[in-house]
Amino acid sequence: MSAELGHFALILALFVAIVQATLPLIGAQRNYAPWIALSKPTAYCQFALVAISFASLTHLHVTSDFSVLNVVQNSHTAKPMLYKIAGVWGNHEGSLLLWVQILSLFGAAVALFGANLPPAFRSRVLAVQAMIAVGFYLFILITSNPFERIMPPPLNGRDLNPLLQDMGLALHPPMLYLGYVGFSIAFSFAIAALIEGRVDAAWARWVRPWTLAAWMFLTAGNALGSWWAYYELGWGGWWFWDPVENASFMPWLAGTALLHSAVVVEKRDTLKGWTVLLAIIAFSMSLLGTFLVRSGVLTSVHAFATDPARGVFILALLIIVIGGSLALFAWRGPQLKSGGLFQPISREGALLFNNLGMTVAAAAVLLGTLYPLFLDAIGGSKISVGAPFFNAVFIPLMIPLIIAMAIGPLLNWKRGDLIPALTRLKLVFLISIVAGAATWAMEMDGPFMGVIGIALAVWLGASTLAELAGRIHLFRAGPAETLRRLGRVPRATWGMTLGHFGLALAIAGMTGAASWKVESIQAMKPGEMVNVGGYEFTFDGAQQGKGPNYDIVTGKFTVRRDGEKVVDMLAEKRIYPVRNMPTTEAAIHTMISGDLYAVIGDPEGADGAYVTRLYFNPLVVWMWIGAIVMVLGGAISVTDVRHRIGVPHRRRPATAAKPAEA
Amino acid sequence: MKSRILFLALVIFLIPAQGFAVSPDEVLDDPVLEERAREISKGLRCLVCQNQSIDDSDAGLARDLRLLVRERLVAGDSDEEVVNYIVSRYGEFVLLRPPFKLGTLVLWLGPLFLVLIGLVSIVIFFRRNREAVDRKKATVLPLSDMEQRRLRKILKERVT
Repeated sequence: MSAELGHFALILALFVAIVQATLPLIGAQRNYAPWIALSKPTAYCQFALVAISFASLTHLHVTSDFSVLNVVQNSHTAKPMLYKIAGVWGNHEGSLLLWVQILSLFGAAVALFGANLPPAFRSRVLAVQAMIAVGFYLFILITSNPFERIMPPPLNGRDLNPLLQDMGLALHPPMLYLGYVGFSIAFSFAIAALIEGRVDAAWARWVRPWTLAAWMFLTAGNALGSWWAYYELGWGGWWFWDPVENASFMPWLAGTALLHSAVVVEKRDTLKGWTVLLAIIAFSMSLLGTFLVRSGVLTSVHAFATDPARGVFILALLIIVIGGSLALFAWRGPQLKSGGLFQPISREGALLFNNLGMTVAAAAVLLGTLYPLFLDAIGGSKISVGAPFFNAVFIPLMIPLIIAMAIGPLLNWKRGDLIPALTRLKLVFLISIVAGAATWAMEMDGPFMGVIGIALAVWLGASTLAELAGRIHLFRAGPAETLRRLGRVPRATWGMTLGHFGLALAIAGMTGAASWKVESIQAMKPGEMVNVGGYEFTFDGAQQGKGPNYDIVTGKFTVRRDGEKVVDMLAEKRIYPVRNMPTTEAAIHTMISGDLYAVIGDPEGADGAYVTRLYFNPLVVWMWIGAIVMVLGGAISVTDVRHRIGVPHRRRPATAAKPAEA
Repeated sequence: MKSRILFLALVIFLIPAQGFAVSPDEVLDDPVLEERAREISKGLRCLVCQNQSIDDSDAGLARDLRLLVRERLVAGDSDEEVVNYIVSRYGEFVLLRPPFKLGTLVLWLGPLFLVLIGLVSIVIFFRRNREAVDRKKATVLPLSDMEQRRLRKILKERVT
């Protein structure tokens, strides 16, 4: 019953979305108030219907209803409850349902919190949201119905892929989708603005929090994914330039660019057309990301062909959305008149430079990801584009950007002066040179990129702190004045400071883990000891055991440094009998200087020996600490008072009584 | 088997295969040679995997290739010879860093081209910006004598 209810609710949602996509748009064009007003209730209604549908699928999974194909393919009675729930979106059909759930949630949020938007504009935004939704509902209902029944129902299910039975991966897709779908709001605002032919500071103030929120979730989602890879895949790798990773990285790059250009629109009333274009690009990349992963086109062109219905639908949808919005942009974009002028060396100029770097980086990643498919499709040779290509292209693009990131925040709006900004960074420059030299002295044999990476991280981190110090007059004014100024730093500025500082930390972490990883692979008998990066790992033997839905081998290690015990580590290897798949649960001991990382493999010989992999991953934890700091920066920036007020208004004349500081 | 691989590949996020890559019995005694083998392995694609290097993959074929690389190194091949040997048997598909040739021209030069386009558009943008400023200046007439006098008067009032 639950399956039919969910299915029916989804069909109803489709029809509601069709109404929401058309009537309010016509109403806004003809200035017919009742049709304009229609956008709000339909947005709520859509959300409620999808919620019913999503709840139905969750109910089917939780109760292990094996008369439904989706549950059979992805669940098992022995699976822990947490993963029965996570299994709802741990598959193609369910994850698309999650997508529309988030889409309708955000649509309802615009309807609810959009009271300060002009009604016609709001109805246009919601109509565009509904158009996207219509595409997705059709895709789900026609090609990927999660509510399909199976006859006769089997006794038990095929279980969820064991790799997905993990907290990190349970949260990873919702985070990414919140990010992807968040950009749909920026997209809808952009399209609505193109229809009206108007973009102003109020528009930017509306778009910024949504873009920020999407960016935060995408940052968190990507960090979560790399963290999962780090602890789950069993050899400490965290980024592979895999097409699937690229699919979620491209929208992040484009979104980061959008975030920065929206600042220029808001503050200086210029770069409007470009910002609208970026909003379109960011969402297009999100759509592409979703569908690259979903369509199977990445595995090979042939996998795409095995299920042509989905593939063709996806292609058509992409062409309509991306092509349509770009055509609209080409038609209406030139009407967006820009106001403020600025010099190349200025804050706006620096933000534009960021945009150049980020969009080219996103385009380069796109090129590398799709090139093999493209070459194959036109009948060229079969090639692979892997990590060596991306590193060779991406890193040189990022280095000038990071150097400029330190300088940009020190430049004035409109017309900046490079010399004073650079003078302020003299000390920072010196510190980063010393840090690089020290790194080089310590790690002579390591790759030189490591030295550059550390120097860049210090350059960015120190300059960000220097900018903050200058802002609050640290050491220039008295401590009381400094504190007062610190309290007055706008939240949006904190967002910039934390975002940039977090990136500096992350660069340090990535550099450390990529440059000076120590690895040792061997068979160890109980009692045997191996030295890895100055840490002595003693293998204390392995034990067999049983988990809720898997068998388990636990290897114990005692780690000492200079004879003194550091930590006991328990590394697990799990076998999931339903799919007969092993997973590794690496033992990780995190320290500021790096992670101790131990993995147990297969038994070797009869005397209790096991294959073990032991690693020291220097600085790696800073990558995720950096990501957390960046997300925190985003969260603080979202709560900036400007976003709540919405429209700028003039301050009262200075003669009026000053209200008490909050 | 093939459908199983396809299915696995299509599972939600196309996860890289479970990584139990290099095992102890493959490791060469000579650490310098082993280091070279690892470096070479990182640039070679595991043919049955999704974009994984043979160094990261636990697939049987990846292991075979790893052993082959080591075999050639022990036989005294240079790094380049080893890679050429593998490419001659498996084609350029195994190279994770595609060679620079006609078919990959767009791939390798594309990013550079985009940077150039970006820079040129920014230059054009600023040109137009300046022209707009000049036009504005041209349309603004200088103050007449009367206006100058009024301005001075206002400024004086302000100061006193």
